[in-house]
Amino acid sequence: MTSLPTSPTEKRLGLVIDLDTCVGCQACVVNCKEWNTGGYPAPLSDIDPYGANPTGAWLNRVHAFEVEPDVGSPQVVHFPKSCLHCQDAACVTVCPTGASYKRESDGIVLVDEDRCMGCGLCAWACPYGAREMDPGVGVMKKCTLCVDRIYNETIAEEERLPACVRTCPAKARHFGDLADPSSDVSRLVAERGGMDLMPEMGYRPTNQYLPPRARREGCSSQPAKALETANPEGGFLAWLDRILSD
Amino acid sequence: MPDGAAPDRPIALSLPPSDEVKTSTCYMCACRCGIRVHLKNGELRYIEGNPDHPVNRGVLCAKGSAGIMNQLSPAKLRKPLKRVGERGSGDFVEIEWDEAMTIATDRLAKIRESDPKKLAFFTGRDQSQGLTGWWASQFGTPNHAAHGGFCSVNMAAAGLYTIGGAFWEFGEPDWEQTKIFLLFGVAEDHDSNPIKLGLARLKERGAKIVSINPVRGGYSAIADEWISITPGSDGLFILSLCRELLRAGKIDVEFLAQFSNAGHLVIDKPGSDTHGLIAKDEHGAPLIWDRLTDLPVAFPGQNVSPAMKGRFTLPDGREVVPAFELVARRLSEDQFAPEAITARTGVAPETIRRLAAELAEAAFENDLTREEEWEDGWGRKHSKVIGRAVTAHAMRGVSAHANGFHTCRAIHILQLLLGAIDRPGAWRYKPPFPRPTPPGQKPTGKPHQVVPGKPMPGPPLGFVTGPEDLLLNAEGGPQRIDKAYSWEAPVAAHGLMHMVITNAWKGDPYPIDTLFLYMANMAWNSSMNTSRVAEMLTDKDTTTGDYKIPFIIYADAFASETVNYADLALPDTTYLERWDCISLLDRPICDAHAAADAIRQPILKPDRDVRPFQTVLLDLGARLGLPGLVNEAGEPRYPGGYADYIVNHERKPGIGPLAGFRGADGQSRGRGAVNPKQLERYIENGCFWQEPIPADAQHHRFANQAYLDWALEMGFIESPAPILMQLYSEVLQRFKLAAEGHGEVQPPDQLRDRIKRVFDPLPLWYPPFEDESNDEAAYPLHGITQRPMAMYHSWHSQNAWLRQIHGANRLYIPKALAEAQNIADDDWVWAESRNGKVKAQVRIMTALNDKTVWTWNAIGKKPGAWNLDPKAPEATRGFLLNNLIDELLPEQGGYRYANSDPVTGQAAWYDMRLRVVKMTEAEARNADKASEAELKPPPGLATPPERLLYRGGNKGSDKA
Repeated sequence: MTSLPTSPTEKRLGLVIDLDTCVGCQACVVNCKEWNTGGYPAPLSDIDPYGANPTGAWLNRVHAFEVEPDVGSPQVVHFPKSCLHCQDAACVTVCPTGASYKRESDGIVLVDEDRCMGCGLCAWACPYGAREMDPGVGVMKKCTLCVDRIYNETIAEEERLPACVRTCPAKARHFGDLADPSSDVSRLVAERGGMDLMPEMGYRPTNQYLPPRARREGCSSQPAKALETANPEGGFLAWLDRILSD
Repeated sequence: MPDGAAPDRPIALSLPPSDEVKTSTCYMCACRCGIRVHLKNGELRYIEGNPDHPVNRGVLCAKGSAGIMNQLSPAKLRKPLKRVGERGSGDFVEIEWDEAMTIATDRLAKIRESDPKKLAFFTGRDQSQGLTGWWASQFGTPNHAAHGGFCSVNMAAAGLYTIGGAFWEFGEPDWEQTKIFLLFGVAEDHDSNPIKLGLARLKERGAKIVSINPVRGGYSAIADEWISITPGSDGLFILSLCRELLRAGKIDVEFLAQFSNAGHLVIDKPGSDTHGLIAKDEHGAPLIWDRLTDLPVAFPGQNVSPAMKGRFTLPDGREVVPAFELVARRLSEDQFAPEAITARTGVAPETIRRLAAELAEAAFENDLTREEEWEDGWGRKHSKVIGRAVTAHAMRGVSAHANGFHTCRAIHILQLLLGAIDRPGAWRYKPPFPRPTPPGQKPTGKPHQVVPGKPMPGPPLGFVTGPEDLLLNAEGGPQRIDKAYSWEAPVAAHGLMHMVITNAWKGDPYPIDTLFLYMANMAWNSSMNTSRVAEMLTDKDTTTGDYKIPFIIYADAFASETVNYADLALPDTTYLERWDCISLLDRPICDAHAAADAIRQPILKPDRDVRPFQTVLLDLGARLGLPGLVNEAGEPRYPGGYADYIVNHERKPGIGPLAGFRGADGQSRGRGAVNPKQLERYIENGCFWQEPIPADAQHHRFANQAYLDWALEMGFIESPAPILMQLYSEVLQRFKLAAEGHGEVQPPDQLRDRIKRVFDPLPLWYPPFEDESNDEAAYPLHGITQRPMAMYHSWHSQNAWLRQIHGANRLYIPKALAEAQNIADDDWVWAESRNGKVKAQVRIMTALNDKTVWTWNAIGKKPGAWNLDPKAPEATRGFLLNNLIDELLPEQGGYRYANSDPVTGQAAWYDMRLRVVKMTEAEARNADKASEAELKPPPGLATPPERLLYRGGNKGSDKA
């Protein structure tokens, strides 16, 4: 068994994903793939890429769900999903080889591929389905929070972000330290009611999801005042006379 | 070895991602985002958005992020191909470029010396139309257009004829200040990243997003309000909003009087040849009626109060009415009452009333108005810049209907009534727009302008302002092969590419010799009635045994379905292998605050015997001795290929493909001498150029003198004259008068009623023609496509990553329909129309208009195409809805008109009517087999690998 850090990690780096803004465009999914297939977890293999059953390893996927609220019209919610870098990460503790581990300094959960024998226990332990066995090289792959970008001194400081965050056209993805209550991401979680995914499972995920905002019927917080007929007596053209005479 | 505690293990955190980074411009779709391309050991390591670039500001979509896999695709053509078997058989031999160029040159030279219009040269999602259109003129054929006719010409034409701009490349919402944003129809493909960035800003600011779309997916998913409109009825919805605003007096009368033709006096003399035209003075200036002096004066007049209603008699006895009164009377008709439109649109009357109130509030009760002095092009001084916080965006969703021109125009009429044009909070122009309403360039290609061996005196495409501008043959019939600018499609600003194959096959209006296509998958997803089109491409004259379309040249980078129908295939480069320019002469990439253009630079050297199409076209032109393409000595004018042309070509003195870094010193912008170092300067600047619009020139640009002067200096407009908004369309009235029998240029009798009906100068809605052609009971459903954000048309099925996201399309059907017909998720059905049937696997959806079914555009593929396994899901489970829509309407009076908008010729894709029938169990058992005949891949393609372990140029050993 592999142990988790014994005390809370100094930082809790993670993602805050805004379900109100995500349009499901898959930019994060593909940009993650292209960064990481040449990065820390390289390669992210694709099997039968031009064939009848193309499959590959992806560290991030976006799903779409329909929601039928009691009041109002049906909605579609796009739901990006990658490793949530749980504080109580069962994927780490079940790992028989010590390949799966959680970093003490920032809480990132990684796989040390040299130690991974591809048994797949960690994927079974993950309630979120966030780990993927690489079909080409037989080891487990997962989101690294782009650990080879976020500390990378050869990259401009403002671009030291996970690839998915940096590329998101709808600005639905945010990265930061969720252990720091004054960080932008922590403030966002506080303001928007950020949520754990499946808190009942007790894994204490680091990544947070911002729920869709209430859909509004009015233009501002108050519904717009209903339009009165400008001049009920003489009709619209009579109103026009009046306005032109002013 | 199990660990105890979990210290950070040593990993390399600061490895340089790449050895080299080059900037360029993406071409994974039409949006032209700036990219940074990382290379490692000479291989593509990573493609990311360029943070400095004005289009995408650093972000990049799924398509752009999959550029690596485009480059790796085994579907890339590798060498010129000459057909040796039957057309369509896939039997080709690889030939050298010299032979390919000789074949093309010999063929085209004969055409040019005999009858140049027998070359039909049409291009697809081409970003070099500045070159291709000019090349067609130099060749001397009027038969040229790009794909606009089957894309969104209604959007472009309605905008250019009404407000001098439209959506996407023409203008954008004021994302920073608008309070309400109306998003009409499918918009996920254009303008891809800028709209997503804009939506994010709206969300952040709490502005309201209203989606008017039968399908609540994509951008509509995050809208505050979803209007589940029935396809084809958007115009009714918009005009009903207009009616409500009028009823309440919530319109900007001052804006209309000052900047539009609302106050212009319309001649009221039914039956005469001037009825409905705008009365002019002896200098040709439009007249208004001054209420102060009770006299007619030339617009705009000094110290006048223009009448907006009433009936007046001019000194010459003509009776006139202000245009505004006519528009207001039309909009006040009961047909647009909220109660009256509900059945057709599916929108409740109270929703119309509430939205009208919200629009009024956002337009007229906001804090965006500021004190600022400015002068308009008529010499009037203004003391304020007024805010109107209402915006809209629309693309194909409203365009691709037979009533699309008027629906797009209705959106602009709504904007005009609210005064919500190029003001704070409103929709705003992007340079080089606004242009005159319409732009001054007329189409070229009248019989006397098409002369063997000579260039045409102007470009094939342009803007008609009356019947005299039509391109008609001696008998009054169509002069162009696509019948653009004929009475069937008079305002065909982008041509009718979707009709070229049908017309050429029929020899209607005449047979052609060579069909020359670039980057347009006309044998598949870019044609209506696809199966029939494939037959036309291979059909032979039974007496001569010759193909009815005698010769087909096709240029593309990939083995698309259309390659198989070519006689000569010219392999193109990828976007990472060539020079390109994103030119203001073509389709601009400016934003509301700055002018911009850009280049692509070759980042990789092709590993195959391919050439950039633009360079091939210049070479072909030089071999043909086309005037603009050779120098006085008859030698190639641009021996350095497209890069040479980009730098050295001048369309007018000082104006070339690129507006930036002009002049010998690179300091000029807009206009300036050729700069031999221009491309180097672009590369130094990140492969783009941007020029901010002066602060005092960023509003009311149709009339703002500061802007007009700047635009003239930049070369965007030819005169600093202000641009008049066309609330009333006199151009349309001119065609209507002709249909009523006035004037020398007369429509055929069988078209008179149609022209009288649709060439209406006032706001108009009429049902799509397919609604009239179909039995509602037999085909109760509307069929449309949506645009996946991770796939562009048919381009990306060869992309190993993107096809894992969209590999087989489903037919999304409304839940009520599924229940009524006992259809479950994953069931197989037939989608049937009057034109045929296709199989489809179902997904049930609730956030969907209950009269509509939809699927993703262009995911289904012909087996064997794009070098995919014939058993690929795209071919076995995917399907193409195009087969269900006829490119022709049912016969009327012995003739079948194009299934297109009667004003512009825009393909009416979204008018499709169909029904869904559940397959029998026996049928369903075999449903996941390819139903189309298998294409034989052309020779020479790379063998697709069984697996990809791509490492972005990094070395590494693979475990297995």
